Amino acid sequence: MIASHLPALQVVVPLVAAPVCVLLRWSRVAWMVAMAASLFAVGGAWCLLAGVLSAGPTSYFLGSWAAPWGIEYRVDETNAWVMLVVSVISAVSLLFARRSVEREVETDRIHLFYTAWLLCLAGLLGMAVTADAFNVFVFLEISSLSTYVLVSLGTRREALVAALRYLVLGTVGATFFLIGVGLLYQVTGTLNMGDLATRIAQLGPHRTVTAAFGFLAVGIAVKSAVYPLHTWLPNAYAFAPSAVSAFLAGTATKVSLYLLLRFLFTVFGHEFVAGGPVPVLLALTGVAAVVAASVAAVRQDDAKRLLGFSSVAQIGYLVLGVSLLTTEGVAASLIHLFGHALMKTALFVCLGAIVYRIGSARIDDMAGIAKRMPWTCAALVVGGLSLIGVPLTAGFVGKWYLVAAALEAGWWPVAAAMLLASLIAVAYVWKLVESAYFRAPSARVAAARGAPFSMVAAAWGLSGANIWFGIDTSLPIGVANRAAAALLGG
Amino acid sequence: METPALFLCLALPLAGAALVLLLGRWPNLREAASLATGGWLFLEVLALLPAVEAGDRPRAVLVSVIPEIPLAFEVEPLGMLFALVASSLWIVTTIYSIGYMRGHGETNQTRFYACFAIAIASAIGVAFASNLLTLFVFYEVLTLSTYPLVTHSGTDEARRAGRVYLGVLLGTSIAFQLFAILWVWVLAGETGFRSGGILAGRADPLATTILLALFVFGIGKAAVMPFHRWLPAAMVAPTPVSALLHAVAVVKAGVFAVLKVVVYVFGPGHLAAIGGTSGWLIAVAAVTILAGSLVAMRRDNLKARLAYSTVSQLSYIVMGALVASVWGIVGAGLHIVMHAFAKITLFFCAGAVLVAHHRTEVSELDGIGRAMPITMAAFLVASLSIVGLPLLGGMWSKWYLALGTIESGRYELLAVLMLSSLLSVAYLLPIPVRAFARPSPGGGSGEGIREAPWPCVLAIVLTATGCLVLFWFAERWLRLLSQLTG
Repeated sequence: MIASHLPALQVVVPLVAAPVCVLLRWSRVAWMVAMAASLFAVGGAWCLLAGVLSAGPTSYFLGSWAAPWGIEYRVDETNAWVMLVVSVISAVSLLFARRSVEREVETDRIHLFYTAWLLCLAGLLGMAVTADAFNVFVFLEISSLSTYVLVSLGTRREALVAALRYLVLGTVGATFFLIGVGLLYQVTGTLNMGDLATRIAQLGPHRTVTAAFGFLAVGIAVKSAVYPLHTWLPNAYAFAPSAVSAFLAGTATKVSLYLLLRFLFTVFGHEFVAGGPVPVLLALTGVAAVVAASVAAVRQDDAKRLLGFSSVAQIGYLVLGVSLLTTEGVAASLIHLFGHALMKTALFVCLGAIVYRIGSARIDDMAGIAKRMPWTCAALVVGGLSLIGVPLTAGFVGKWYLVAAALEAGWWPVAAAMLLASLIAVAYVWKLVESAYFRAPSARVAAARGAPFSMVAAAWGLSGANIWFGIDTSLPIGVANRAAAALLGG
Repeated sequence: METPALFLCLALPLAGAALVLLLGRWPNLREAASLATGGWLFLEVLALLPAVEAGDRPRAVLVSVIPEIPLAFEVEPLGMLFALVASSLWIVTTIYSIGYMRGHGETNQTRFYACFAIAIASAIGVAFASNLLTLFVFYEVLTLSTYPLVTHSGTDEARRAGRVYLGVLLGTSIAFQLFAILWVWVLAGETGFRSGGILAGRADPLATTILLALFVFGIGKAAVMPFHRWLPAAMVAPTPVSALLHAVAVVKAGVFAVLKVVVYVFGPGHLAAIGGTSGWLIAVAAVTILAGSLVAMRRDNLKARLAYSTVSQLSYIVMGALVASVWGIVGAGLHIVMHAFAKITLFFCAGAVLVAHHRTEVSELDGIGRAMPITMAAFLVASLSIVGLPLLGGMWSKWYLALGTIESGRYELLAVLMLSSLLSVAYLLPIPVRAFARPSPGGGSGEGIREAPWPCVLAIVLTATGCLVLFWFAERWLRLLSQLTG
């Protein structure tokens, strides 16, 4: 009974849990509610994924209204995978968040913090699960608005500016998205993605459809921080509370990229996309992102900003995989999407633990911290190695398939750019490692102690996963290959 | 033949590292653990030799990372030889380290011995790797595990050198080697090492040439110019590290990888068939041979001089591999062994001089032969082996390398080899000559004999004897290596 409603419950449970947090007003209980909802989402996503892998995609009709009229939730390999990633990252970030938020957010606002968190989670899961273009917009707004709130709760005043900047750009993006959806509705008279796909194919070349595509693409690109529309991201990550940075880094841009895949391949279709300038444009922005953002990352003094720029670069990798428009490329992107969620969240959690102890994310302030926080720093190194793409980490597997897919398509310069960016990644990861391990400790560091157990557990859970999925790769590779085949085949 | 014992060869040094960490508080037990694992490892590796000599290929699969490319091991003649060299010299180096590290009062000795053991484990992994991915994995682990050894002293200079070390080795391996591996995978659909190569008929001459260049430069540990700077930089490390890692394990892992890629990925036949397109790469190796020797002549610091000599000697092997003729490959394989024994002896001697007399520059060595007769006699023996004189092992490898150049009709390379031998006479022999023939500065010859601590001397005698013995027992290795070329 419950199992058949799982697609809806993925959204409903966090959405209902959010107001519960407001009513309870008690920070510890609010955390528990958020954690319970996240864990439920993890279990649900796992069941959905297992179901899809064994029995194929399933549809769920909200209120039992049939497809083109009612809202359809459709679960296939791709979005079940994305939901699993999002919910796992949410749960692990929450494990880290409890102590961190107590320090960084005012006590009487903590329950509101978790409310916003749950709304954000509901929005992200909703964007992933729904098969209705307008419904996507609704969830996009839910997740965006709650994200602005979460970012603005950062301890420093710059957080407000960063949140405002994100709000302005994010709203522009969402508006573009809405205009795109509106144009499509005007031409086709439908909002259901499957229905849209059939009608767009029937229409043939059509100027309004092309315009709609442009609006949708730009809107999604802003939300997923595709270079050069990424400018909101580094500051948002840098000034948001540590737990929020960890949560967003592993989820928000990932879901937006999923939307890109969904609209490119399910709604508009391979032929429509391949005919236009899209592959080349995506490849250009991807190459620009991996190179320019990596270089920018090297030049940062603030570790969180550094990781923010690194995220922009990694999104470039994902975009490059998509731009190939091949099954291999899309599969590689999905593998790396998973790997990047693991490594980047691990890194933000480790940094958050350091910030918890020394109160600063400046790289110079962390000098010699490894002596004081050996476990946290060791996890940081593992995450960093994964970010570089060292063998036996999750990052290596993703990059391996991305470069191989680029070579297979004959895009040599793209493959070369990806490897070049890995080199630059060595440089910026090394900045962190060198400061933590090979410099004399500052006064601030000398007083620090090891991080609380919950933080170390979250950090090592993620770093351990980076190693685990760098060695036993069958799950991500198997799912990604099937998902990519389904996306491009159907 | 499935042989789980291969895992033991990898696990032993790792277990040794763990044991060293556990026993850190009791130095004598700690060193005993190092020696015991070293001895056991050597016996395990040795036990594989008869099977490989009989043409068998012991193999084992660890785990499958990328579905079609498992982390897997397979012992073939080249890897057998490299593993034997690395594991046997590890024992000797451990003996030497005991004398050196204590005599020199080094700190952080536990970390030192532990990292050393991990480095040996990864060298064994490189030796036994059965495909390019496995080779790459252990190649990178070797780089990372030797970094703390290079920066052992923790000074600014050491840290700077460490940055060059990591930068060059990681940089070339990611930018070129990984790229080449992926390219091979896309071209051939596999990355396994097979006799005869996997690229014949799948890569056109241009792609083959580019790939070859990517491998030669991407395997930065082979120190082909212009990617050789990390090796002199690594000389800030304690001498046992320079001796075993930067004369044997690390650098030989590099040239071994080049050789292995040429033999088992490209295939000598395929390289010969595409003709002279790899000529410019051979020229780069030849330039490295000569330039390395010339720089070595101008270095007054003993370890720096030895390092540039290594740069030069490594390119002998690269050249032998690239010429890809039967004798060239045999000579290159043999040179891995011969140069290892000679160069490790030279470094041991340099370290002994440092420990006993705190001298690091060649110009300070006048008359030191009278105080350290055993050490400097061993230095002479090893120098002569590097030069390639008869009655010493180094003669055979030069002999076959020279045959290889003649076989492929490249007499200009023969000239390079001969010229380089002359140059090595010029940069190595003055050192023992100074030590024995010139009077000590200050004229006081009455200080008597003052050698390094006895474990150092023992190690020096062992490896110098090795240089002599290998001259007489080269045939067995020759027969093993001739399996490569059928």
